[in-house]
Amino acid sequence: MSAILFTNARLVDPASGREGSGSLLVTGDVIGGVHWGGGETGAPGGAEVVDCAGAVVAPGLVDLRVFVGEPGAEHRETFASAGRAAAAGGVTTIVTMPDTDPVIDDIALVDFIARRARDEAAVRVYPSASVTKGLQGREMTEFGLLREAGAVAFTEGRRTITHAGLMRNALTYARDFGGLIMHLGIDPDLHGDGVMNEGEVATRLGLPGAPKESEIVILERDVRLAALTGGRYHAASVTCAQSLDIIRRAKNEGLDVTCGASINHLSLNENDIGPYRTFLRLSPPLRSEDDRQAMIAGLADGTIDVIVSDHDPQDVETKRHPFAEAADGAVGLETMLAAALRLVHNGDVDLPTLMRAMSARPAALLGHDTGKLAAGAPADLIVLDPDEPWICDTDMLRSRSKNTPFEGARFQGAVQRTVVAGRTVSNYAL
Amino acid sequence: MNAPESPVVLTFPHRHLLGIEGLLPPDIVSLLDRADEALEFGRQVEKKKTALRGRTQINLFFEASTRTQSSFELAGKRLGADVMNMAVANSALKKGETLVDTAMTLNAMRPDILVVRHASAGAVELLSHKVSCSVINAGDGAHEHPTQALLDALTIRRRKGRIDGLTVAICGDIAHSRVARSNIILLGTLGARVRVVAPSTLLPAGIDRLGVEVHTDMATGLRDADIVMMLRLQRERMTGNSVPSVREYFHFFGLDAAKLAHAKPDALVMHPGPMNRGVEIDSDVADGAQSVIRDQVEIGVAVRMAVLEALAAHLPNA
Repeated sequence: MSAILFTNARLVDPASGREGSGSLLVTGDVIGGVHWGGGETGAPGGAEVVDCAGAVVAPGLVDLRVFVGEPGAEHRETFASAGRAAAAGGVTTIVTMPDTDPVIDDIALVDFIARRARDEAAVRVYPSASVTKGLQGREMTEFGLLREAGAVAFTEGRRTITHAGLMRNALTYARDFGGLIMHLGIDPDLHGDGVMNEGEVATRLGLPGAPKESEIVILERDVRLAALTGGRYHAASVTCAQSLDIIRRAKNEGLDVTCGASINHLSLNENDIGPYRTFLRLSPPLRSEDDRQAMIAGLADGTIDVIVSDHDPQDVETKRHPFAEAADGAVGLETMLAAALRLVHNGDVDLPTLMRAMSARPAALLGHDTGKLAAGAPADLIVLDPDEPWICDTDMLRSRSKNTPFEGARFQGAVQRTVVAGRTVSNYAL
Repeated sequence: MNAPESPVVLTFPHRHLLGIEGLLPPDIVSLLDRADEALEFGRQVEKKKTALRGRTQINLFFEASTRTQSSFELAGKRLGADVMNMAVANSALKKGETLVDTAMTLNAMRPDILVVRHASAGAVELLSHKVSCSVINAGDGAHEHPTQALLDALTIRRRKGRIDGLTVAICGDIAHSRVARSNIILLGTLGARVRVVAPSTLLPAGIDRLGVEVHTDMATGLRDADIVMMLRLQRERMTGNSVPSVREYFHFFGLDAAKLAHAKPDALVMHPGPMNRGVEIDSDVADGAQSVIRDQVEIGVAVRMAVLEALAAHLPNA
């Protein structure tokens, strides 16, 4: 059995909130032992010994919102390219979105994703399935069978369930199977033809704005429905102070409600769109700096459960257009951790809090045993130098699409090694 | 050793004219001064100059326009350019080929100046990054229409002798108007007090942050104004979504003699055209003594000549 011993490490265990020096042994595909404090644990014969020289060893990232082009848009991203991007970015588990062509609404397709990803991707890939057949917003999919086939959650991906009665039934029926409904809701009528956040910046650019209330009203409705049904509801990507207030109230009420935030909304604001940069055209759109600050506070106080990359590969055919005609979305697997570390370097959150939202919490939402440094847990790990500077060069991205909003950005913090199930899938040193 | 003294030449320091935003007061004033000269020139029998002789100007209009396109065409021809009009709105280019592809195709034909109108904000700037010639924005979505603002400013300056200190009321569909945005920036930069007057459904969010006074009532909005600038209301906005009906809009926001009486007695009435008579403006006012709407058209040609001439100084081998 293969073994790796990470010595002289700064261990960060987000599950327990513990952080300190120590060493960690990987045995086969699991963590064999965690040794806090000085001194050495013995390595079995033949083990690879990695002197971390003070670098962080933490659980790999678990990303609940990733769009992969496969099936249907392989020119934008395949499981192989998404897997390389994830491994380079320290992401060891990704949950794929169902809005592909064909839509993932059937057990055969869930099985297809699982098999393709197992054969092609360097990291763990779990499919989500659509809530409604063909994403048409009318008939529910087979939650029970899909779950048995391996779908870890149900979501309409980019689409909103506008029909409140359908959402009620989905939450109710999914509850019986322990199914998690992940929803990104934007009221289409209120959103209208908006292409960015409504306000001064949109007005100056002459672009149609959409009010953040188009997010807020659907979230408020969904939380009421979660209360009515007792279902498991996860707001896939909240972006503003008012949405966080809704989530806070729901949690105080004891509802089974959680929320995610995209790294983009924690790192960028509407001003970053600058001269019509379409790589910063996102859904939901980037908000004001006040909202971004509220998001950071929401991350620090635990209102935000998880951070997602919202990785959405787009190519020149969909992005090289006037802003109002371009597609939404940005890639993020490779930059998520580095962008998030800015919050740590700025003193907004500490590293265990950040890692909790990027590994322990999302793993727990999936019911997985990853996201912790504990003997017997799967050996999904990263070695991270949190201070190493680098510049985001678009040409260096492993993703097949290059639509990063962080082009040319200066980052501090680089993943040196990524380990999935005891196997090194990315090694900066090599 | 000192260089020999040479006369000071006011040069326009930009290769493109993409908007009023980013221009400094001297840039604007130099264009207005140049346009003043072009205006006198245009009134002579011999109207032909040579600043653009041998140059190719392509008018690329992704959105149909009669008056702006003909104004640019005439301006280019008076400067001696070969002018070609491409109405992309009606051509096969519209579907399938992207804006950038179209730009690169045209660029391969080696034009010297592209005059571009497009329905999307930012489209002209995007195009300017992909071509090697000078680009003039003839209107991009609800963003900017710089030559319209320049011609409005010159119309005002010729009648009032100044812009600084005047009160200008811009009335109507501010939310969807590139003319409003360019004018707000230009007139504000030159020291005018700018008001916007419209029903709140036609005011964009955060407009107060652009340094304007916001009014939703014509009586207060026009009070003691020196300039009343009316905007066209697009037909699709008249019927229920932003405004309930034409008659309601005309009743509260259409410029008639009674509303105009709130402005100064010598206030000028302006409109970028084409007018909807009986919607945003009453015919009596549009054709009345205070109206300078026809002046605007003449001055438009002069302003476009001035802009073309100013950019020509940056062309290779100029």
